[in-house]
Amino acid sequence: MSEAPVREVMIQSEAEPLEPAAAPHPAADTILYMDGVTVSFDGFKALNNLSLYVKEGELRAIIGPNGAGKTTMMDVITGKTRPDSGEVFFDGGIDLTKLDEAAIANLGIGRKFQKPTVFESQSVFNNLELAQKGRRDVFTGLFARLSGEQRDHIGRVLERIALTDHVGRLAGNLSHGQKQWLEIGMLLMQDPELLLVDEPAAGMTDAETAKTAEMLQEIARDHSVVVVEHDMEFIKALNCHVTVLHEGSVLAEGSLESVQNNQHVIEVYLGR
Amino acid sequence: MILSNDRNHLLSPLGAKITLAVLLLVAVLVPLLNLSVPPGSAFHVPTYVVSLLGKYLCFAMLALSVDLIWGFCGILSLGHGAFFALGGYAMGMYLMRQIGDRGVYGNPILPDFMVFLNWKELPWYWYGFDAFPFALLMVLLVPGLLALVFGWFAFRSRVTGVYLSIITQAMTFALLLAFFRNDMGFGGNNGLTDFKDLLGFDLQDDGTRAALFVATAVMLVLAYLLCRWIIGSKVGRVLIAIRDAESRTRFLGYRVEYYKLFVFTVSAMLAGIAGALYVPQVGIINPSEFSPANSIEIVIWVAVGGRGYLHGAILGAILVNYAKTYLTGAAPDIWLFFLGGLFIAVTVLLPKGIVGSLDQLRGRLPGGFKPKAQAKVQEMPGE
Ligand SMILES: Nc1ncnc2c1ncn2[C@@H]1O[C@H](COP(=O)(O)OP(=O)(O)O)[C@@H](O)[C@H]1O
Ligand SMILES: [Mg+2]
Repeated sequence: MSEAPVREVMIQSEAEPLEPAAAPHPAADTILYMDGVTVSFDGFKALNNLSLYVKEGELRAIIGPNGAGKTTMMDVITGKTRPDSGEVFFDGGIDLTKLDEAAIANLGIGRKFQKPTVFESQSVFNNLELAQKGRRDVFTGLFARLSGEQRDHIGRVLERIALTDHVGRLAGNLSHGQKQWLEIGMLLMQDPELLLVDEPAAGMTDAETAKTAEMLQEIARDHSVVVVEHDMEFIKALNCHVTVLHEGSVLAEGSLESVQNNQHVIEVYLGR
Repeated sequence: MILSNDRNHLLSPLGAKITLAVLLLVAVLVPLLNLSVPPGSAFHVPTYVVSLLGKYLCFAMLALSVDLIWGFCGILSLGHGAFFALGGYAMGMYLMRQIGDRGVYGNPILPDFMVFLNWKELPWYWYGFDAFPFALLMVLLVPGLLALVFGWFAFRSRVTGVYLSIITQAMTFALLLAFFRNDMGFGGNNGLTDFKDLLGFDLQDDGTRAALFVATAVMLVLAYLLCRWIIGSKVGRVLIAIRDAESRTRFLGYRVEYYKLFVFTVSAMLAGIAGALYVPQVGIINPSEFSPANSIEIVIWVAVGGRGYLHGAILGAILVNYAKTYLTGAAPDIWLFFLGGLFIAVTVLLPKGIVGSLDQLRGRLPGGFKPKAQAKVQEMPGE
């Protein structure tokens, strides 16, 4: 968080003192800038001229019916899918469409998948260790030993995701909800600037859902977070700006209340 | 409270300890019973058995190299026989040059097959092989470089699963065809053979044979420890992560292709060493070592012993090859059927192989030591 402004200054000072006049560049405090993004699969447009801007430090919820393109949007941001057209910038001026998954992850974009994906045959502890921010090369890995500070970090995250008592269990043996939390914990270990969280409450009990919302709000205090979710109760609990996606583009944006009263949104959600 | 990494149960110290103890015991006992016990005694181990056991240990090392990539990183190589054979050829070239003018044609420089082909001078790629250190270097470098180049293209283009297995088969098949050709300069069909001595020691001598056996056992122990060290490090945990969820690992920021390249190259070099130790003990290296079926057999050894345990691969290689020795002697016709049947039986009945099944059994024993898949949360003062 505290690094971000420094980076902006550096980017600006490296460039000309004048704003470059070329592309309509994202504002300096925009952590995520998507403009006119289109992705088609065999002619079918999963994303259709999608534009979305997320401010630094913001918590943003994205809702939309199944197939609206929410997951595809995350695929584009994280480098899994290349857009046919459109711009995707991170943290001011970094063009994400030119980078691969690992490079994007190392820039500081973390992702939680819709289907919980943890490393099932490894312990909770190891899952968190693997996610921990730090050098990722083979040579370092051969000789790496956890420092006291790193252990403490893992300990703190374990507490935050309520898995301290399960530290030694294999991730594959956790309950569905615990796996979702472990994945959120892995995001925390990565300590990314921007977290993309895909349907964290899917398949959770009400109590687990409430707890997850609490976790995300806490995380949002010192990270920028984009959450995709179906569950309206959950979105309500997050108490944040909402974007409604429909057939690959933005249908409405605003507070949950304003969005819920939007005529288009009501049609899309109730009209079918 | 201090949190620590679990000792993954895949590396259950018990299995590792047994493996090391047995290997070291064998390394001492076999040569002792061969050299110091007189041939008449019931405890005497004949020299041909020493070499046979040495051969098994070479295969065990080869299986170990395959388990390192297949068991821990999900790379199913069906071409590892090629790296083994290349290491073997590098050693064979040294042994050929050691023959000197004692060959049938008595040419001090050219090996017999070159004289036979009417070659006038040594091809450039045979230079240096008269020096043992150079040959050793090549034993590591040739398989290592091939793996590096091959892996670079395969892993960067994200070739995985069956497709990778197929192209590794194609690689070993291409090498098989190449080495069959006389004009390649590796003895063609017949390969390299009629070796006389190694570092000045007669290869037919009992002492040399015993020493080769000890060297093989020691190298196997070192290779095993190296693999365990890699798997026990953070790299090992990343490899397992790649095996289980490759794209997830990428999204954590790991460059999956470099990890694969690293472990694939290390594995190829281990296979090369195994091949180099194999050749002086069996006395010949020829293109049949490149045959695709050989590479498939290695995978069967690993599957039988138990994939992803390291010592499972060693056990599997030794057991299956013992069965092979026995069956090809007793009933040569059924060996291939046996091998096929074994593979099917293991896949269906013991999907985790012998060691994997034992591990499961141990976990189920009431009061028995459960495989500790649990990270220890230790109370430790200070540190
Ligand atoms: N790899 C793909 N190939 C073909 N179609 C896809 C692919 N990925 C997504 N789609 C399609 O794109 C649309 C958007 O999918 P997705 O982004 O997963 O929606 P959401 O996450 O909002 O439910 C769906 O109709 C889906 O079938
Ligand atoms: Mg989705």
